[in-house]
Amino acid sequence: MAFQLTTEREDQLAEIFARYPNKMAACLPVLHLAQEQHGWLSEEVMAWAATTVGVSTAHILGVATFYSLYRTHPAGKHHVWVCRTLSCALNGADRLIEHCEKRLGIQVGETTADGAVSLHTAECLASCGTAPMMQIDREYHENLTFEKVDVLLDRLRKP
Amino acid sequence: MLQRTDHLTKRYGIPDGHTLARYLADGGYEQARRSLSMTREALVNECKAANIRGRGGAGFPMGVKWSFMAQKVAPERPHYLVINADEGEPGTFKDRSMMEQDPHSTIEGCIIGCRAIGAHVAYIYVRDELHLAKERLWTAIHEAKAKGFLGAQPFGIEYPVEIYVHSGAGAYICGEETSLLNSLEGRRGEPRLKPPFPAQAGAFGMPTTVNNLESIATVPVMMRLGGENFSKISALHPKEGGSRLYGVSGHVNTPGIFECAVGLTLRELIYDLGGGVKGGELLAVIPGGSSTPILRATELVDAPGESHPLHAWHGQSVLDVPMGVETFRGLGTMLGTCCATVLSDQACPVRAMHNLMRFYRHESCGQCTPCREGSGWLERLLDKIVAGNGTLDDLNRLHEVANSIMGNTICAFGEGTAMPALGFLRKFRREFEEYVRTGGRSSSNRLALPPSPLVGASPALHPAAE
Ligand SMILES: Cc1cc2nc3c(=O)[nH]c(=O)nc-3n(C[C@H](O)[C@H](O)[C@H](O)COP(=O)(O)O)c2cc1C
Ligand code: SF4
Ligand code: FES
Repeated sequence: MAFQLTTEREDQLAEIFARYPNKMAACLPVLHLAQEQHGWLSEEVMAWAATTVGVSTAHILGVATFYSLYRTHPAGKHHVWVCRTLSCALNGADRLIEHCEKRLGIQVGETTADGAVSLHTAECLASCGTAPMMQIDREYHENLTFEKVDVLLDRLRKP
Repeated sequence: MLQRTDHLTKRYGIPDGHTLARYLADGGYEQARRSLSMTREALVNECKAANIRGRGGAGFPMGVKWSFMAQKVAPERPHYLVINADEGEPGTFKDRSMMEQDPHSTIEGCIIGCRAIGAHVAYIYVRDELHLAKERLWTAIHEAKAKGFLGAQPFGIEYPVEIYVHSGAGAYICGEETSLLNSLEGRRGEPRLKPPFPAQAGAFGMPTTVNNLESIATVPVMMRLGGENFSKISALHPKEGGSRLYGVSGHVNTPGIFECAVGLTLRELIYDLGGGVKGGELLAVIPGGSSTPILRATELVDAPGESHPLHAWHGQSVLDVPMGVETFRGLGTMLGTCCATVLSDQACPVRAMHNLMRFYRHESCGQCTPCREGSGWLERLLDKIVAGNGTLDDLNRLHEVANSIMGNTICAFGEGTAMPALGFLRKFRREFEEYVRTGGRSSSNRLALPPSPLVGASPALHPAAE
């Protein structure tokens, strides 16, 4: 079935187009909107985005694959990004990443078997003063300890 | 001399500091109101007198940049103000603090900035991850609009101004201004060749000014104090004016963002504000984001010639030179974003370089062969060295690869990769050689301090499947 936005998001769409002098500029926000709803950018979603924004599907694919936060494959329900860049690394990011892998039983880049969590590393997330840190979905978690991380990760996997 | 100020950070740490009510109680939006009845020329001159150097990294004088915008705005060629809040430079976390804690300064700055360059629309480009920052900015925009400070007639004056937040999607390169413009236009974030410069053909092909978020958030305060008075706060007046946000992270006891008069020294930033080095002695500091070449704690200023701009500091520690665009260029590094990353002597410089070169390889947009391939080579050579399989020849090869990136790329990302690479190799030649000779067994060979802050709080691990 072809992709369709929820009515609430349809309203947001109109508001997004009003911000820019042309339709193409809505490309990034439209892909965000679609991904928020669908979880990832499937072929149907990208075809829908191309028609909506008035560009070719090749353009959409080009954009979707350029930026690291667009997903062109299905993924977990929740996303955990652990920052691995220097200030975080100086404060134990490498051990934190290992810890997350063990706790979740997966490697970076993988999704837990229950489909609950995908684990990623991230490059500097502008939170260096509160390193080490991770982002879970839309939220930042800073000044992490193993204990804090365990609580956070376990919460994501509650049925 | 350490001089903390609170012109920009007055509302930091206050629970309702981000609200319109609080901002208005501090005299907020008075300068926006006033500026809309001023001439563009007067505003540009005020900004020039303030000697604000752009705070996104390159340090270009803000008033001069504003003056590049065409005086006459042709109806078919509208002007745009674009605010750079991509904040991706490793070690940098100042713009985020401003957006989260005091979003109205940015909104007021945008109104004044629009007026100064003849624009009616401003886009604030925020990296996607900063959801709280975006939410705070949008709320501030809606609050300002509801009060009649934005829209068709802000403050009842016939000068329409609209401000929008545009979200990135995860790409460090989109902090580069022309890549940012492509991203704003709905394209892949690949930098454009310059010229044309944004002031000629920027967003949507129209004349555009790109200002860093802290730069624009500084404008209301600058207007309130008056350009010249604002400039005089700085220890480097009249070359560089005002106060600005300094950040410090890494191996320090009290990392954070601090506002000080321009001209703070690294020693003050690390010891007085950062609470000193944790887990050992100071080894080195990356002064303003990972693209600024590293300085060793033991380095002394070498400027014997009397005409040398750093002559006054000849023979002194580099830690005691006031942080400025020109002074730091004189030290062979860059001021950058004024957010320093501190390495204690327990950290391995080879590993630090490896960490950063992995970052650059990951973030190269891939348009230019020297950058795309070179950053890959740098990472792979360091992979090999860090694994204990490097040779002295590999060190020379690192030099060669870095040198072949310099000056051969479309955007400054190339230099931003090569310069810090060459800095590490030059400053830590001995350590690199020793690492290679011993396969890393003689050095500390780690980045994090041994008594990790993470340990101690760790409960027993149990497999996820349980
Ligand atoms: C690779 C690269 C990344 C950059 N990232 C940022 C950034 O995240 N934020 C920013 O304000 N400027 C960044 N810049 C600098 C911008 O290109 C531009 O100079 C700046 O936004 C201008 O604002 P300013 O004059 O107020 O500093 C970057 C430059 C390069 C070459
Ligand atoms: S220098 Fe690197 S980041 Fe810049 S345009 Fe070339 S490939 Fe892209
Ligand atoms: S290095 Fe991790 S947030 Fe900056």
